[in-house]
Amino acid sequence: MYKLKITDHLILLAGVFFMVAPVVLTFLTSTHDAITIYKGGVQFVPGDKFLENYETVLFQAGGFTKEVNGFVMLKNSMILGFGFAIGKIIISMLAAYAIVYFRFPFASFCFWIIFATLLLPLEVRILPSYEIVQSLGMVNTYSGLIVPLIASATGTFFFRQFFMSVPDELLEAARIDGAGPWKFFKDILVPLSKTMIAAIFIIMFVFGWNQYLWPTLITTDESLFTLVRGIKQILQVWVGAQIPDFNEAMALAILAMLPPVLIVVIFQSWFVKGLVESDK
Amino acid sequence: MATITLDTVRKVYAGDVEAVKGVSIDIADGEFIVLVGPSGCGKSTLLRMVAGLEDITTGEIKIGDRLVNKVDPADRDIAMVFQNYALYPHMSVYNNLAYGLKNRGMAKDEIDRRVKEAARILEIGDYLDRKPRALSGGQRQRVAMGRAIVREPAAFLFDEPLSNLDAKLRVQMRVEIKRLQQSLGTTSVYVTHDQLEAMTLADRLVVLNGGNIEQIGAPIDVYDKPASTFVASFIGSPAMNLLNVKSNGSGLALEGSEGLSGANTKGKDKYIVGIRPEHLEVVDSPVDGDGINLEVNVDVLEPVGAESFVYASFPNGGPELVVRVSSHAHHEPGEKMYLKAAAKDVHFFDADSGRRVD
Repeated sequence: MYKLKITDHLILLAGVFFMVAPVVLTFLTSTHDAITIYKGGVQFVPGDKFLENYETVLFQAGGFTKEVNGFVMLKNSMILGFGFAIGKIIISMLAAYAIVYFRFPFASFCFWIIFATLLLPLEVRILPSYEIVQSLGMVNTYSGLIVPLIASATGTFFFRQFFMSVPDELLEAARIDGAGPWKFFKDILVPLSKTMIAAIFIIMFVFGWNQYLWPTLITTDESLFTLVRGIKQILQVWVGAQIPDFNEAMALAILAMLPPVLIVVIFQSWFVKGLVESDK
Repeated sequence: MATITLDTVRKVYAGDVEAVKGVSIDIADGEFIVLVGPSGCGKSTLLRMVAGLEDITTGEIKIGDRLVNKVDPADRDIAMVFQNYALYPHMSVYNNLAYGLKNRGMAKDEIDRRVKEAARILEIGDYLDRKPRALSGGQRQRVAMGRAIVREPAAFLFDEPLSNLDAKLRVQMRVEIKRLQQSLGTTSVYVTHDQLEAMTLADRLVVLNGGNIEQIGAPIDVYDKPASTFVASFIGSPAMNLLNVKSNGSGLALEGSEGLSGANTKGKDKYIVGIRPEHLEVVDSPVDGDGINLEVNVDVLEPVGAESFVYASFPNGGPELVVRVSSHAHHEPGEKMYLKAAAKDVHFFDADSGRRVD
C-alpha cells in the first residue's frame, strides 16, 4: 500500500484551506456589525452580532420597498431551485424517452438539435427569451421565472444515454406482460432511473439556485426576489451617508449557501451511485 | 394450450436483408419444438415473430385458430423466457411474477395463488421477497420461468434461456425445463444454438440454416438420417465426418488422396460421404466389403473419459477424420490405423446440393 507522506498531507491541507477559508471568513465577518467591517475589513475572529445579524436578514423587511425579507427570498429561491430541477427532470426524461423508445421521423436529428443547444448558454438567447416571456405576460411570476429555463439538453443527454443502456429485453418482457408505453415508463424506467434522477436533481438544483441573470431580468417585483439577487440588493443601498450593510450581505451569503450544501450532503451517496454505477 | 401454425413466414429487414425465407411449421398442441441453428440462421427472429416482438413481412402465424399477425404481444396468450432473464431489477421476485397479472387486472388473491403455486413448482418460495440482484444465475433463471408459468399461457417461448449459465447448471436446468414442460403439457418453442440442448429437449427439431428450414423431425430421426450435409455436420458432437469421394469404376475413391475404398451403391460420379465418429470401427488389417474402408494416420488422441476420440488424416493429406474409440484403446500419434464403416452407417449426399441421396 502507498504510504502517506507529509507532503501529501500538506497538499490536502492547502486544498482544504483554499476551499474553506473564504467561507469561514464570510461567516466570521457576518457576525460583526457593519461599522467594524467598514473600518477593519474582513474579520478573522467571531463577533458578537451573530443572532442580531441573522435575525435582521431573515425577518426584517429590507430593499427599496421594504416589503421583502430574507425569509421570503429564501422561499423564492427554494421555489426556483425545486421548480427548475424537477421541471428539468420531467421534461428531459420525457424527451429522452421519446428519442430512445419511439421511432418517429427525424428522431436522431431532433436529438442532435437538442444536443446542439448545449453550445448555446442562456446568455446568448436572453433577449429573445425575455421578449417571449414578456409578451406572454409572465414577467414577475414564478412560472416566468422557471418555465423558460427547464428545457435541458444536458438532462436529455444523460437520460438518453441511461435509457440506451437499459437492455431491450426489459422492454420486450414488459410488452409481453401487457405494459403499454406509459406503464413501462412509470413502472420500469422511472424506478430504474432513481439514482440518475437524484444525480441530475442535485446538479440542477444547485444550478437553478445560483441563477442570477434570468431572475434579475424577469423579476422586478421585490417580493419575487431570490436570495442570490437579494445579496446584491443589500450592497446597492447607498442612501446618504449610510454604510453598506456588509454584515447582512455576508449573513445572507451564508444562508444562500446552506440549502445547496444540504442537498448535496443528503443526496451525496445517491449522487455518486448515479454517476458511477447502474442497477440493471 | 394451443397449436401454433406458421405458414410461409418471411422476415425482411430494412436494406433487403432476408432473415427468414418462407418458413412453414405446424406445431401440435403440447409439443416441444426446438429451433436450432448457427447464429444468424433466423431462429431468434422466427421466435420473436411468434411472440409479436417483430413484425411479419409476409406469411401467417396462428396460435390456436386465431391469426395473430397484427395482435399485440400481450394479447397473444404466450409467455417468453429471455436469454438474459430480463427480470425487472427494482422489483422483488414476487412482483416480477405478479407484474404481468396485475397489468391484466387480475384479482389480488388469484395473483397470490398463482405466484405461490409457481414458486412451489420452481422451489423459489424462499426468496420471493428478494430482488433479482441478490439471486444466483440459476435462481434468476427459475424466476424468469416462473414469470412465464404464472401466466398459464397457450405457449411458452424460450430464447436461449440457458446460455448464460455455467455448464453444470445448464444440464440441471435442461432436465428441469423438460420435466416442467412434460408436467404442464404446454406447447413450447425453444430456440438454441446448442445441438445437445436441442437433441435432449425436443419432441421435434427444426434445423434452420440461412433463414430456411433444413430439416424437421424427431431428434433421433434427424440424427440418423440428416437431410443435408449442413444438418449432418451441425447435429452430433463431434460432427459427422464428411468426405468428398468420386467413383472409380465400380468402387469409390477419395478425391485428392488415397486411403479410401468402398462400394458405389448409388450409381453417380461424385458424392459427399458422411460417417459418424462412432460408426468407424478400428480393424487390424485392411478389409474389403460393402461399406467404406479407410487407411489413415493417427494425429491426436483425445481422451474424454467414457470414450476417446482419435483425430486422423489420410496419407496424402486431405480432410481430417474423427473416430470414436474405447477409452482404453492405445493409439500413438503417427501410427497407421485401418477403419471400416458398415454400409448401413454410411450417408451419401449430393456433391453439389449437399442434399441426402437415398
